[in-house]
Amino acid sequence: MTGSFDFVLSLGDDALIAAQRLGEWTSRAPEMEEDIALANIALDQLGAARLLLTYAGELEGAGRDEDALAFLRDDREFRNCLLVELPNGDFAVTMAKLFFLSAYQLPLYTALAGCADERLAAIGAKARKESAYHLDHAALWVKRLGDGTEESHRRMQAAVDEVWPYTHELFAADPAAPVDPATLRADFDATVSTVLAEATLTRPETGWTPGGGRDGVHTEHVSYLLAEMQVLHRAHPGAKW
Amino acid sequence: MVTDPRAAAAAVVDPEIRVITIDELGILRAVEENPATGRVVVTITPTYTGCPAMDVIRADIRRALAAAGHPDAEVRTVYSPAWSTDWISDSGRAKLAAAGIAPPAPVSAGNVVPLTLAVRCPRCGSPETEQVSRFGSTACKALWRCRSCSEPFDHLKAL
Repeated sequence: MTGSFDFVLSLGDDALIAAQRLGEWTSRAPEMEEDIALANIALDQLGAARLLLTYAGELEGAGRDEDALAFLRDDREFRNCLLVELPNGDFAVTMAKLFFLSAYQLPLYTALAGCADERLAAIGAKARKESAYHLDHAALWVKRLGDGTEESHRRMQAAVDEVWPYTHELFAADPAAPVDPATLRADFDATVSTVLAEATLTRPETGWTPGGGRDGVHTEHVSYLLAEMQVLHRAHPGAKW
Repeated sequence: MVTDPRAAAAAVVDPEIRVITIDELGILRAVEENPATGRVVVTITPTYTGCPAMDVIRADIRRALAAAGHPDAEVRTVYSPAWSTDWISDSGRAKLAAAGIAPPAPVSAGNVVPLTLAVRCPRCGSPETEQVSRFGSTACKALWRCRSCSEPFDHLKAL
Protein backbone atom coordinates (compact mmCIF):
# COMPACT_ATOMS: atom_id res chain seq x y z
CA MET A 1 0.00 0.00 0.00
CA THR A 2 1.33 3.43 -0.80
CA GLY A 3 0.53 6.78 0.71
CA SER A 4 -2.39 8.26 2.57
CA PHE A 5 -4.81 8.09 -0.36
CA ASP A 6 -4.86 4.29 -0.48
CA PHE A 7 -5.11 4.05 3.29
CA VAL A 8 -8.02 6.49 3.59
CA LEU A 9 -9.72 4.93 0.57
CA SER A 10 -9.51 1.46 2.12
CA LEU A 11 -11.10 2.63 5.39
CA GLY A 12 -13.79 4.53 3.51
CA ASP A 13 -14.54 1.45 1.39
CA ASP A 14 -14.77 -0.75 4.50
CA ALA A 15 -17.37 1.58 5.97
CA LEU A 16 -19.28 2.01 2.68
CA ILE A 17 -19.57 -1.71 1.90
CA ALA A 18 -20.44 -2.51 5.52
CA ALA A 19 -23.21 0.11 5.37
CA GLN A 20 -24.63 -1.33 2.16
CA ARG A 21 -24.65 -4.88 3.55
CA LEU A 22 -26.23 -3.87 6.87
CA GLY A 23 -28.85 -1.89 4.97
CA GLU A 24 -30.01 -5.15 3.37
CA TRP A 25 -31.51 -6.11 6.73
CA THR A 26 -33.92 -3.17 6.67
CA SER A 27 -37.46 -4.56 6.96
CA ARG A 28 -36.07 -8.11 7.32
CA ALA A 29 -34.54 -8.20 10.83
CA PRO A 30 -35.86 -10.73 13.36
CA GLU A 31 -37.55 -8.03 15.44
CA MET A 32 -38.50 -4.38 15.05
CA GLU A 33 -35.89 -3.07 17.51
CA GLU A 34 -33.13 -4.96 15.73
CA ASP A 35 -34.30 -3.67 12.37
CA ILE A 36 -33.89 -0.12 13.65
CA ALA A 37 -30.55 -0.91 15.30
CA LEU A 38 -29.03 -2.37 12.13
CA ALA A 39 -30.29 0.56 10.06
CA ASN A 40 -28.77 2.98 12.57
CA ILE A 41 -25.43 1.20 12.53
CA ALA A 42 -25.52 1.21 8.72
CA LEU A 43 -26.16 4.95 8.84
CA ASP A 44 -23.15 5.50 11.13
CA GLN A 45 -20.98 3.47 8.75
CA LEU A 46 -22.27 5.51 5.82
CA GLY A 47 -21.49 8.73 7.69
CA ALA A 48 -17.89 7.62 8.28
CA ALA A 49 -17.65 6.46 4.65
CA ARG A 50 -18.72 9.87 3.36
CA LEU A 51 -16.11 11.70 5.44
CA LEU A 52 -13.34 9.26 4.50
CA LEU A 53 -14.16 9.11 0.79
CA THR A 54 -14.46 12.89 0.57
CA TYR A 55 -11.02 13.20 2.15
CA ALA A 56 -9.57 10.45 -0.06
CA GLY A 57 -10.81 12.37 -3.11
CA GLU A 58 -9.05 15.52 -1.89
CA LEU A 59 -5.82 13.61 -1.22
CA GLU A 60 -5.92 12.16 -4.71
CA GLY A 61 -6.40 15.61 -6.22
CA ALA A 62 -8.00 14.30 -9.40
CA GLY A 63 -11.36 15.95 -8.85
CA ARG A 64 -13.24 12.88 -7.62
CA ASP A 65 -15.76 13.53 -4.85
CA GLU A 66 -17.45 11.01 -2.53
CA ASP A 67 -20.10 10.14 -5.14
CA ALA A 68 -17.54 9.59 -7.90
CA LEU A 69 -15.58 7.27 -5.64
CA ALA A 70 -18.63 5.37 -4.38
CA PHE A 71 -20.59 5.02 -7.60
CA LEU A 72 -18.18 5.25 -10.50
CA ARG A 73 -15.45 2.77 -9.56
CA ASP A 74 -15.60 -0.90 -10.57
CA ASP A 75 -15.02 -3.88 -8.30
CA ARG A 76 -11.28 -4.13 -8.87
CA GLU A 77 -10.87 -0.50 -7.82
CA PHE A 78 -12.43 -1.04 -4.39
CA ARG A 79 -10.02 -1.44 -1.48
CA ASN A 80 -12.35 -2.78 1.24
CA CYS A 81 -11.48 -5.89 3.22
CA LEU A 82 -13.23 -9.12 2.22
CA LEU A 83 -14.94 -9.36 5.62
CA VAL A 84 -17.43 -6.56 4.91
CA GLU A 85 -18.44 -7.80 1.45
CA LEU A 86 -19.33 -11.34 2.58
CA PRO A 87 -23.07 -12.03 2.39
CA ASN A 88 -25.10 -11.40 5.54
CA GLY A 89 -25.90 -15.10 6.00
CA ASP A 90 -28.16 -15.77 8.97
CA PHE A 91 -28.41 -13.33 11.87
CA ALA A 92 -25.47 -15.02 13.65
CA VAL A 93 -23.20 -14.49 10.64
CA THR A 94 -24.22 -10.83 10.46
CA MET A 95 -23.43 -10.40 14.16
CA ALA A 96 -20.09 -12.23 13.85
CA LYS A 97 -19.16 -9.91 10.96
CA LEU A 98 -20.24 -6.80 12.85
CA PHE A 99 -18.49 -7.94 16.02
CA PHE A 100 -15.15 -8.51 14.29
CA LEU A 101 -15.47 -5.33 12.22
CA SER A 102 -16.23 -3.09 15.20
CA ALA A 103 -13.58 -4.79 17.38
CA TYR A 104 -11.16 -3.62 14.65
CA GLN A 105 -12.70 -0.23 13.90
CA LEU A 106 -12.83 0.93 17.53
CA PRO A 107 -9.04 0.71 18.18
CA LEU A 108 -8.43 1.92 14.61
CA TYR A 109 -10.49 5.09 15.00
CA THR A 110 -9.11 5.60 18.51
CA ALA A 111 -5.55 5.46 17.15
CA LEU A 112 -6.50 7.76 14.26
CA ALA A 113 -7.84 10.30 16.77
CA GLY A 114 -4.26 10.70 18.01
CA CYS A 115 -2.47 10.64 14.65
CA ALA A 116 -0.61 13.57 13.07
CA ASP A 117 -3.09 14.07 10.20
CA GLU A 118 -5.64 16.56 11.55
CA ARG A 119 -8.45 15.54 9.20
CA LEU A 120 -8.05 11.86 10.03
CA ALA A 121 -7.78 12.69 13.72
CA ALA A 122 -11.11 14.55 13.61
CA ILE A 123 -12.82 11.70 11.74
CA GLY A 124 -11.35 9.15 14.17
CA ALA A 125 -12.45 11.09 17.24
CA LYS A 126 -15.98 11.31 15.88
CA ALA A 127 -16.32 7.75 14.55
CA ARG A 128 -14.86 5.99 17.56
CA LYS A 129 -17.77 7.08 19.75
CA GLU A 130 -20.18 5.46 17.31
CA SER A 131 -17.98 2.36 16.91
CA ALA A 132 -18.08 1.81 20.66
CA TYR A 133 -21.87 1.45 20.43
CA HIS A 134 -21.59 -0.95 17.48
CA LEU A 135 -19.11 -3.14 19.35
CA ASP A 136 -21.28 -3.13 22.44
CA HIS A 137 -24.35 -4.11 20.43
CA ALA A 138 -22.64 -6.89 18.46
CA ALA A 139 -20.90 -8.28 21.57
CA LEU A 140 -24.25 -8.39 23.34
CA TRP A 141 -25.72 -10.57 20.60
CA VAL A 142 -22.65 -12.81 20.32
CA LYS A 143 -22.97 -13.49 24.07
CA ARG A 144 -26.74 -13.86 24.00
CA LEU A 145 -26.66 -16.34 21.13
CA GLY A 146 -23.48 -18.13 22.19
CA ASP A 147 -24.66 -18.56 25.77
CA GLY A 148 -28.27 -19.15 24.72
CA THR A 149 -30.00 -22.31 23.55
CA GLU A 150 -28.24 -25.31 22.08
CA GLU A 151 -29.36 -24.24 18.60
CA SER A 152 -28.33 -20.58 18.98
CA HIS A 153 -24.95 -21.69 20.38
CA ARG A 154 -24.41 -24.04 17.44
CA ARG A 155 -25.23 -21.35 14.90
CA MET A 156 -23.18 -18.62 16.60
CA GLN A 157 -20.13 -20.92 16.76
CA ALA A 158 -20.61 -21.85 13.10
CA ALA A 159 -20.77 -18.15 12.21
CA VAL A 160 -17.61 -17.32 14.15
CA ASP A 161 -15.80 -20.23 12.48
CA GLU A 162 -16.97 -19.17 9.03
CA VAL A 163 -16.02 -15.50 9.34
CA TRP A 164 -12.84 -15.80 11.42
CA PRO A 165 -10.40 -16.46 8.51
CA TYR A 166 -11.36 -13.08 7.00
CA THR A 167 -10.24 -11.12 10.08
CA HIS A 168 -6.52 -11.61 9.45
CA GLU A 169 -6.54 -9.35 6.41
CA LEU A 170 -7.46 -6.41 8.65
CA PHE A 171 -4.10 -6.48 10.39
CA ALA A 172 -1.70 -6.73 7.45
CA ALA A 173 1.32 -4.62 8.34
CA ASP A 174 1.61 -1.22 6.62
CA PRO A 175 4.30 0.74 8.49
CA ALA A 176 3.96 3.75 6.18
CA ALA A 177 0.25 4.24 6.94
CA PRO A 178 -0.95 6.96 9.38
CA VAL A 179 -1.84 4.04 11.69
CA ASP A 180 -0.18 0.68 11.04
CA PRO A 181 -3.02 -1.88 11.15
CA ALA A 182 -0.63 -4.46 12.65
CA THR A 183 -0.52 -2.40 15.85
CA LEU A 184 -4.28 -2.90 16.36
CA ARG A 185 -4.09 -6.68 16.63
CA ALA A 186 -3.45 -6.91 20.39
CA ASP A 187 -6.48 -4.78 21.20
CA PHE A 188 -8.66 -6.79 18.81
CA ASP A 189 -7.43 -10.11 20.22
CA ALA A 190 -8.16 -9.01 23.78
CA THR A 191 -11.73 -7.97 22.90
CA VAL A 192 -12.40 -11.15 20.94
CA SER A 193 -11.02 -13.46 23.65
CA THR A 194 -13.06 -11.82 26.40
CA VAL A 195 -16.34 -11.79 24.51
CA LEU A 196 -16.02 -15.30 23.05
CA ALA A 197 -15.16 -16.71 26.49
CA GLU A 198 -18.21 -15.07 28.02
CA ALA A 199 -20.30 -16.36 25.13
CA THR A 200 -19.03 -19.92 25.80
CA LEU A 201 -17.70 -19.98 22.24
CA THR A 202 -14.40 -21.39 21.06
CA ARG A 203 -11.97 -19.11 19.31
CA PRO A 204 -11.04 -20.78 16.00
CA GLU A 205 -7.50 -21.87 15.27
CA THR A 206 -5.76 -19.77 12.66
CA GLY A 207 -5.44 -21.67 9.42
CA TRP A 208 -6.64 -20.28 6.11
CA THR A 209 -6.05 -16.52 5.85
CA PRO A 210 -7.75 -15.18 2.72
CA GLY A 211 -6.90 -11.64 1.64
CA GLY A 212 -6.58 -9.44 -1.41
CA GLY A 213 -9.27 -6.85 -0.74
CA ARG A 214 -6.73 -4.09 -0.12
CA ASP A 215 -5.28 -4.81 -3.58
CA GLY A 216 -8.66 -4.87 -5.29
CA VAL A 217 -8.87 -8.66 -5.53
CA HIS A 218 -12.31 -9.50 -4.15
CA THR A 219 -14.81 -12.29 -3.79
CA GLU A 220 -17.55 -12.36 -6.40
CA HIS A 221 -19.98 -11.08 -3.78
CA VAL A 222 -18.74 -7.48 -4.02
CA SER A 223 -19.62 -7.27 -7.72
CA TYR A 224 -23.29 -8.07 -7.08
CA LEU A 225 -23.34 -5.64 -4.17
CA LEU A 226 -21.90 -2.85 -6.31
CA ALA A 227 -24.30 -3.56 -9.15
CA GLU A 228 -27.22 -2.89 -6.83
CA MET A 229 -25.61 0.07 -5.07
CA GLN A 230 -24.42 1.84 -8.23
CA VAL A 231 -27.16 1.17 -10.77
CA LEU A 232 -29.31 4.22 -10.02
CA HIS A 233 -26.43 6.67 -10.05
CA ARG A 234 -25.08 5.25 -13.30
CA ALA A 235 -28.46 5.05 -15.04
CA HIS A 236 -29.41 8.59 -14.02
CA PRO A 237 -26.23 10.64 -13.53
CA GLY A 238 -26.81 13.57 -11.19
CA ALA A 239 -30.29 12.35 -10.20
CA LYS A 240 -31.85 14.24 -7.29
CA TRP A 241 -35.08 13.94 -5.33
CA MET B 1 -34.74 44.69 8.33
CA VAL B 2 -31.35 43.31 9.36
CA THR B 3 -31.24 41.58 12.73
CA ASP B 4 -28.58 39.82 14.80
CA PRO B 5 -27.41 36.77 12.80
CA ARG B 6 -26.44 34.88 15.96
CA ALA B 7 -29.97 35.14 17.35
CA ALA B 8 -31.47 34.10 14.00
CA ALA B 9 -29.27 31.00 13.69
CA ALA B 10 -29.70 30.08 17.35
CA ALA B 11 -33.49 30.04 16.98
CA VAL B 12 -33.47 27.33 14.29
CA VAL B 13 -35.07 24.17 15.69
CA ASP B 14 -33.77 20.66 15.20
CA PRO B 15 -35.87 19.11 12.39
CA GLU B 16 -36.14 15.71 14.12
CA ILE B 17 -36.62 16.92 17.70
CA ARG B 18 -38.62 20.06 17.07
CA VAL B 19 -38.83 21.21 20.70
CA ILE B 20 -35.14 22.08 20.94
CA THR B 21 -33.03 24.62 19.04
CA ILE B 22 -29.72 23.78 17.38
CA ASP B 23 -28.08 26.13 19.89
CA GLU B 24 -29.54 24.25 22.87
CA LEU B 25 -28.53 20.94 21.26
CA GLY B 26 -24.95 22.19 21.08
CA ILE B 27 -24.47 21.66 17.35
CA LEU B 28 -24.30 25.41 16.57
CA ARG B 29 -20.58 26.11 17.05
CA ALA B 30 -20.10 29.67 15.80
CA VAL B 31 -21.77 32.56 13.99
CA GLU B 32 -19.31 35.07 12.53
CA GLU B 33 -19.64 38.07 10.29
CA ASN B 34 -16.87 38.90 7.86
CA PRO B 35 -16.10 42.54 8.75
CA ALA B 36 -15.04 43.36 5.18
CA THR B 37 -17.90 41.77 3.23
CA GLY B 38 -20.55 41.54 5.94
CA ARG B 39 -21.15 37.92 4.93
CA VAL B 40 -22.29 35.66 7.75
CA VAL B 41 -20.54 32.31 8.28
CA VAL B 42 -22.32 29.78 10.49
CA THR B 43 -20.39 26.75 11.77
CA ILE B 44 -22.23 23.60 12.83
CA THR B 45 -21.21 20.06 13.79
CA PRO B 46 -23.29 16.87 13.42
CA THR B 47 -24.46 14.81 16.39
CA TYR B 48 -23.66 11.59 14.48
CA THR B 49 -21.59 11.36 11.29
CA GLY B 50 -24.48 9.91 9.30
CA CYS B 51 -27.17 12.22 10.70
CA PRO B 52 -29.63 12.59 7.80
CA ALA B 53 -31.00 15.86 9.19
CA MET B 54 -27.88 17.87 8.37
CA ASP B 55 -29.03 18.99 4.91
CA VAL B 56 -32.34 20.20 6.33
CA ILE B 57 -30.55 22.00 9.17
CA ARG B 58 -28.24 23.78 6.69
CA ALA B 59 -31.22 24.86 4.58
CA ASP B 60 -33.15 26.00 7.67
CA ILE B 61 -30.18 28.11 8.84
CA ARG B 62 -29.84 29.76 5.44
CA ARG B 63 -33.57 30.45 5.35
CA ALA B 64 -33.56 31.93 8.87
CA LEU B 65 -30.60 34.17 8.08
CA ALA B 66 -32.13 35.31 4.81
CA ALA B 67 -35.25 36.30 6.74
CA ALA B 68 -33.01 38.21 9.17
CA GLY B 69 -31.47 40.20 6.33
CA HIS B 70 -28.44 38.01 5.56
CA PRO B 71 -29.30 36.38 2.22
CA ASP B 72 -25.81 35.09 1.36
CA ALA B 73 -24.93 33.27 4.59
CA GLU B 74 -22.51 30.37 4.36
CA VAL B 75 -22.93 27.23 6.51
CA ARG B 76 -19.77 25.29 7.32
CA THR B 77 -19.65 21.84 8.90
CA VAL B 78 -16.84 20.85 11.24
CA TYR B 79 -16.17 17.46 12.86
CA SER B 80 -13.64 18.42 15.51
CA PRO B 81 -14.06 18.61 18.40
CA ALA B 82 -16.62 15.81 18.19
CA TRP B 83 -20.08 16.64 19.50
CA SER B 84 -20.95 15.41 22.96
CA THR B 85 -24.30 15.24 24.71
CA ASP B 86 -22.57 17.27 27.45
CA TRP B 87 -23.02 20.25 25.12
CA ILE B 88 -26.81 20.14 25.45
CA SER B 89 -27.79 23.16 27.56
CA ASP B 90 -29.84 22.98 30.75
CA SER B 91 -32.78 24.62 28.99
CA GLY B 92 -32.39 22.04 26.21
CA ARG B 93 -32.47 19.18 28.71
CA ALA B 94 -35.59 20.59 30.34
CA LYS B 95 -37.33 20.89 26.96
CA LEU B 96 -36.40 17.32 26.01
CA ALA B 97 -37.81 16.00 29.27
CA ALA B 98 -40.99 18.05 28.84
CA ALA B 99 -41.41 16.50 25.37
CA GLY B 100 -41.14 12.98 26.75
CA ILE B 101 -37.51 12.39 25.79
CA ALA B 102 -35.29 11.44 28.73
CA PRO B 103 -32.17 13.63 28.57
CA PRO B 104 -28.69 12.05 28.63
CA ALA B 105 -26.57 11.61 31.74
CA PRO B 106 -23.19 13.39 31.78
CA VAL B 107 -20.43 11.58 29.86
CA SER B 108 -17.72 10.52 32.28
CA ALA B 109 -14.19 11.23 31.11
CA GLY B 110 -12.43 8.29 29.49
CA ASN B 111 -15.46 6.12 28.91
CA VAL B 112 -16.42 5.99 25.28
CA VAL B 113 -19.66 4.17 26.02
CA PRO B 114 -20.81 5.70 29.28
CA LEU B 115 -22.19 3.60 32.09
CA THR B 116 -25.93 3.86 32.05
CA LEU B 117 -27.24 5.10 35.35
CA ALA B 118 -30.93 5.01 36.12
CA VAL B 119 -32.88 6.79 33.41
CA ARG B 120 -35.96 8.42 34.87
CA CYS B 121 -39.25 8.07 33.06
CA PRO B 122 -40.00 11.49 31.54
CA ARG B 123 -43.73 10.95 32.14
CA CYS B 124 -44.03 9.68 35.73
CA GLY B 125 -40.50 10.28 37.02
CA SER B 126 -39.96 6.69 38.13
CA PRO B 127 -36.37 5.36 38.01
CA GLU B 128 -37.80 1.86 37.41
CA THR B 129 -37.08 1.82 33.69
CA GLU B 130 -35.45 -0.56 31.24
CA GLN B 131 -33.77 -0.28 27.86
CA VAL B 132 -35.71 -1.91 25.04
CA SER B 133 -33.19 -1.11 22.33
CA ARG B 134 -29.91 0.75 22.22
CA PHE B 135 -30.96 2.25 18.88
CA GLY B 136 -34.16 4.27 18.48
CA SER B 137 -36.14 6.43 16.08
CA THR B 138 -33.11 8.59 15.25
CA ALA B 139 -29.35 7.97 15.48
CA CYS B 140 -29.08 9.91 18.73
CA LYS B 141 -31.86 8.14 20.64
CA ALA B 142 -32.41 4.80 22.38
CA LEU B 143 -35.77 3.19 23.13
CA TRP B 144 -36.71 2.69 26.79
CA ARG B 145 -39.76 1.57 28.74
CA CYS B 146 -41.02 2.54 32.18
CA ARG B 147 -41.81 -0.40 34.45
CA SER B 148 -43.95 1.79 36.72
CA CYS B 149 -46.32 3.44 34.24
CA SER B 150 -45.62 1.05 31.31
CA GLU B 151 -45.01 3.91 28.87
CA PRO B 152 -42.31 3.49 26.22
CA PHE B 153 -40.13 6.58 25.75
CA ASP B 154 -37.10 7.87 23.88
CA HIS B 155 -33.82 8.47 25.66
CA LEU B 156 -31.19 10.73 24.11
CA LYS B 157 -28.18 8.51 24.70
CA ALA B 158 -25.00 9.92 26.14
CA LEU B 159 -22.20 10.33 23.59
